[in-house]
Amino acid sequence: MAAEAGARHGIGAAVKDAAGTGLLALGLSIPIIAYRTDQTMSNQLVLSERWGLVAVLVLMAFAARLIYLLAPSIKFQRKPVAAITAEEGASPLRRAVALVGLALLFAYPFLTIALVGRAGAIKWVDNFAIQILIYVMLGWGLNIVVGLAGLLDLGYVAFYAIGAYAFALLSTHYDLGFWVCLPIAGILAAFWGVLLGFPVLRLRGDYLAIVTLAFGEIIRLVAINWVDLTRGYAGISGVPRVSFFGLPFEESEDGFAAFFGLEYSSIHRTVFQFYVILAMVAVTYFVTVRLRRLPIGRAWEALREDEVACRALGINTTNTKLTAFSLGAMFGGFAGAFYVASRGQGFVTPESFTFSESALILAIVVLGGMGSQFGVAIAAVVLIGGTELLRELDWLKRVFGPDFEPTQYRLLLFGLAMVLVMIWKPRGLISTRMPTVFLRRRRAIRGDLVGEGHG
Amino acid sequence: MAAAAPTPLLAVEHLTMRFGGLVAIDDLSFNARRGEITALIGPNGAGKTTVFNCITGFYKPTAGRIILAPQGQPRQADIDATTASSRKWQSSPSGSVFLLERMPDFEIAARAKVARTFQNIRLFPGMTVLENLVVAQHNRLMRASGWTVLGLAGAPSYRAAEAQAVERARYWLEKVALIDRADDPAGDLPYGAQRRLEIIRALCTEPALLCLDEPAAGLNPRESAELKTLLRAIKTEHDTSILLIEHDMSVVMEISDHVVVLDYGQKISDGPPDFVRNDPKVVAAYLGVEDEEVEQVEAEIAR
Repeated sequence: MAAEAGARHGIGAAVKDAAGTGLLALGLSIPIIAYRTDQTMSNQLVLSERWGLVAVLVLMAFAARLIYLLAPSIKFQRKPVAAITAEEGASPLRRAVALVGLALLFAYPFLTIALVGRAGAIKWVDNFAIQILIYVMLGWGLNIVVGLAGLLDLGYVAFYAIGAYAFALLSTHYDLGFWVCLPIAGILAAFWGVLLGFPVLRLRGDYLAIVTLAFGEIIRLVAINWVDLTRGYAGISGVPRVSFFGLPFEESEDGFAAFFGLEYSSIHRTVFQFYVILAMVAVTYFVTVRLRRLPIGRAWEALREDEVACRALGINTTNTKLTAFSLGAMFGGFAGAFYVASRGQGFVTPESFTFSESALILAIVVLGGMGSQFGVAIAAVVLIGGTELLRELDWLKRVFGPDFEPTQYRLLLFGLAMVLVMIWKPRGLISTRMPTVFLRRRRAIRGDLVGEGHG
Repeated sequence: MAAAAPTPLLAVEHLTMRFGGLVAIDDLSFNARRGEITALIGPNGAGKTTVFNCITGFYKPTAGRIILAPQGQPRQADIDATTASSRKWQSSPSGSVFLLERMPDFEIAARAKVARTFQNIRLFPGMTVLENLVVAQHNRLMRASGWTVLGLAGAPSYRAAEAQAVERARYWLEKVALIDRADDPAGDLPYGAQRRLEIIRALCTEPALLCLDEPAAGLNPRESAELKTLLRAIKTEHDTSILLIEHDMSVVMEISDHVVVLDYGQKISDGPPDFVRNDPKVVAAYLGVEDEEVEQVEAEIAR
C-alpha cells in the first residue's frame, strides 16, 4: 500500500514516508541502543551513551525505506506464476550442474587441504562442512514431520538429545563403540517419537506446537536434573569418538595412521567424520525420497492436505502420524549420536539441546520450503554456513574499530534473512512441490496450492 | 415372508443422534438395497448429513444399529449373534456382517468398504489428480509395499501394484473425461471437475456402498446430466450401490430406485420416487406448512 503511495505521489511523499520510518527507528533505538551499561573492574556500572550508533541506524532505516519506495524495479511481491513452473530436471545442463556439485561435495575435504593446508583445513571441514551436514540431516528429519505430514513440532531437539545421550550412556556404561550405538540411538529416538506421538495425536495447530515444545524442554530438564544418570550440567565426558570401523584415530600403534602406515595427523579423523556424516545424509536423502513415493509418504502428504478426507479413504491417520513422528525422530537420533562422537568431542551436556536449537532446525525447514529436500539443504548451508562465515569477518574490525565483534550480529542477520525470505518467498526458498507419480509429464505444483498442515 | 426378503446392503435401525439437548436424528430406520441407488432427501437441517456421518463413522450415534452386509446374504441369526458379541464384524459362510456404529471412520472405509464424498469438496488440492486417486488406494498399496519395508527395498511386486493402481486411476479418469488433467494439481480444476474427481477418488477404494453428499450441488445442467449418466454406470457396471443426499429433484427422481425423506430428524416418507413425489407429507415438509394444515394441503393437491 505504501509502495503504491510512493509511486503515485512521487519523491515528496516517499521522503515523508521514509522520514516516518526513520522516526520509528529513532523511537525504537533510544531505549534499546542509545544507553549501554558496562561493568568496570571495580564492579561499578558505568552508563555510556551511543548517539552516533543511533544516528547511523536511523539514517540506514531512512535510506532503506526510501530506496524501497523509489526503486520500481524491486518487486517484493511474488510474480504471478503459471500453474506449471518447471519440468523435472531433465535438461542436460541441470544434470551437469548437479553432477559437478556432487563431485565438489565429495572432494571437499581434499580441496580444502590443497587450498589452505592441513592445519587450516580442520576448521573448514569440521566447523563448517560437518556442522552444516548435521543440520541438513536434522532439517530433513524434521522435514518429514513438518514438511510432509504437516505436524508442527517445536521440540525436535529432544530427539537429537535422546540420540546423543543414548550413545553417551551406552558407550560409557557398556563400553560399546560408535558403530554399535548408532543404530540403537536411532531406534531409541524413534521409540520416544512414538511415545510423544500418542498423547499429541488428537492435538492440532497451536496445541500441538505447545505440547511438542514442552516435550523438548522436559527432555532437557530431565537431562539436567537426573544427576545420577546424566551428571546434570557437568555432562558426560569420555564418550568414544568416531573410529575407523574399530580403528581409533590415535597416535598409538594400533591407531588408524599406524595401521595404514601414514604419519599421524588429526585431519584423518576430521576427514573420516566428514565422509561418515556425508553417508548418513545421503542415506537420509534416499530413504526420504523413496518414502515419499511409497504409500506411507503419500499418506503423510495427504494428511497435510486434508485429514478428514484421509479418514474417509480408509487411511489410519493415527498410524500415519506415528510413523511420521518416529521416522523423523530416528534421523534426529542418528544425528545426535554422530554429534557427540564428532563435533561434541566425546562430551555431551544439556546445554547443547536448548529450545533455540529446535527453533534453528525449524527455521531451516521453513526457510527452505516445507517438504522440499533441496530447499532445506540450501537453507542449512545459508543459515549455518552464514553464521560460521561471520567469524571470518575480522577485517571489519579495521572499519568499525577493535571492539567490533561480527558474531554478535548473528541473530540480527538471522532475523533479517528470515524477514527478507518471508517477504520475497513466503513459502520458502523452494515452494513448489514435485508430484510423486505421473501419467504423462511430471510438473511442479505451485506452492500456494499445497497445504501447510494443521500445525 | 422374512426368509424370502433378501438382506439389504445397509440397514439403519432405530438410529438416534443427540447433540446435547438437540435431537438431530430421532429413531430413524431405513434400508438401502444392493444394486440400487437410494436417495436421502429432506429440507435443510433435516439431519441428512448427520445420518451420513453416523454411517461413515465420523459421528458415533447415541443409539441404534447400522448393519452393512457387503458380501453374501448373512442370516438374521448371524447378525444377531454379531450384535450380541462385542465384535465389530463377523464373517460367516452366508456372508459378512459389519456393525458400523461400533467402528471408527477409517475402518469403515477400509474394511466395510463404505466410501463417501463431502458436501464441501475435500480433495488434496496440492497433489495431482492422479496422486489423489493413488492415495485412495492406500491400503492395497500399503500391503503390496510390505508395510513400507519391501517398498523401501524397491521390491518389483510393489512396483507392479503401483502400476496397477495407476491403471485403475486411468480407467476412472477416462470415464469422467479428466484424463487430460491427470498431472494437474487437483486444486486447479474447475468446480464441476473437482466434484467428479472426488467421486472417482471414492470409487478407487472399490466400495460396496458409495455415499454421495450433494454431488450435483453447484453443477450446471450439462454437468448434472453427465453426473446422472455416471451414477447409473456405477450402479450397473460396478458392484457398487449408492446412497445419495441431493437437493436437485431432477437428479433424485430420475436416477433413484428408492427415496427416503427426512424432516426434523424423522423419516416422513420412504418408497419409490413416484410414491414419494406424491406423498402429501413430503409436499407439506417442503412447502413448510404446519402439521395441522397437512390435510388441507392434501385436499388442494387432490383438486
